[in-house]
Amino acid sequence: MKKFGVKHIVATGIGAALFFVLGRFVAIPSGVPDTNISIQYGLLAFIAAVFGPIAGLLSGLIGHFFIDFSFGWGVWWSWVIASAFVGCVIGFLTVKINIEEGEFGINGIIRFNIAQVIAHLVGWGALAPVLDIVIYAEPANKVFIQGLVSAGINIITTAVVGTLLCVAYSAAIPKKGSLKEEE
Amino acid sequence: MTNLFNYIDRPSPIHRLTGATKFVCLMLWSFAAMSTYDTRMLLGLTIISMILFLIGRIHIKDVSFMLGFTLVFLVINSIAIYLFSPLHGTKIYGSCTYLLEYTGRFAPTAEQLFYHFNYVLKYLATIPIVLLFVTTTNPSEFAASLNKIGVKYSIAYAVALALRYIPDIQRQYHEISQAGQARGIEMSKKATLISRLKSASGILIPLILSSMDRIEVISNAMELRGFGKKKKRTWYMGRPFKAADISAMLGCVLLVCLSLYLNHINGGRYYNPFI
Repeated sequence: MKKFGVKHIVATGIGAALFFVLGRFVAIPSGVPDTNISIQYGLLAFIAAVFGPIAGLLSGLIGHFFIDFSFGWGVWWSWVIASAFVGCVIGFLTVKINIEEGEFGINGIIRFNIAQVIAHLVGWGALAPVLDIVIYAEPANKVFIQGLVSAGINIITTAVVGTLLCVAYSAAIPKKGSLKEEE
Repeated sequence: MTNLFNYIDRPSPIHRLTGATKFVCLMLWSFAAMSTYDTRMLLGLTIISMILFLIGRIHIKDVSFMLGFTLVFLVINSIAIYLFSPLHGTKIYGSCTYLLEYTGRFAPTAEQLFYHFNYVLKYLATIPIVLLFVTTTNPSEFAASLNKIGVKYSIAYAVALALRYIPDIQRQYHEISQAGQARGIEMSKKATLISRLKSASGILIPLILSSMDRIEVISNAMELRGFGKKKKRTWYMGRPFKAADISAMLGCVLLVCLSLYLNHINGGRYYNPFI
């Protein structure tokens, strides 16, 4: 599974398409005016956990690029890169979980959530703000507060949506050794 | 598709450039505009980008919606910067010229105003180019041309696949969400945050599981046709580079060089009129 084969290419493409559709058309009001919950990060975490870091990185990169591209507000490179980074890190940290073989118990859930918390904290709390400072020379306190708020929202979203997706997907796969020889 | 990505099919010299050229130019242009804070350079870029906009035969009314969106965003961002750091400009330019008698925390300074002017200019220098790229690039041709600028064709193919399946997934999502709402799934402000997330996952699960099937079917089909066996492939929408493509890219390379050169002679990224 760690080889990047045809299946991973397809998963990257479909993952990016899903990321795009969820990010572009699915708006769930968060309570704060004009802020929507981005459930696409739950999906990205799922794709990364199942198909690995490269698929996670590219799905985030392509999906986010197309969202910016279709809104036409300019491609926000600092945030596109952060999306790709989050996908990649979650992919790396969840290599040990074999969701695609139907294994996703309590251990898997804990591991998955630790991975996503680390990825979001570093990605939105550090990487995106630093890129904003480097590229646009924005004031540090503004971008760090923005970054930490979005990290918080994304962590909650991924914890709920991503975990549920992984559980549902692993339950739909027949477990190894679930067939017994008739006696 | 065309609606989704705002592509406008209209003959113009910019439309005739290949997608790869436009993408490379967009990257180089963004890099040139991002790396510098030199007011003269940014003004120049803004003027050239507006001229290019005219050459591309894109009218303001074609992009008025996107433009409005961006401008609102820009205004909100500027206000946020001012609220969080009203003396950011004085730190950057190293001097402090108060414009009014009042000298409190939110006192307007010439440096801060100049910083905001540059900040806005930085966006104005890139927004027309991005809009131009978005409106003149056929998405399918863009995916095909990525391969030509050195992106591995498996990745270019993933981009093409994403474009191919976005309308399908969009339709499917719509169907599932309507079926869910008919059965009483609440996603509006009436439900609590966590239950909204849960119901969103309720819609997502069928969507994802059917997408996983889709991945299986497509990858089997591709494998049966021998995808990935050779080092190269051809593209239906691909076009060869012409002289105009090469000169456009060279022009953008020159812009990047100019921007880096200005950073060098300014001794930093900022053009400082306050010295």
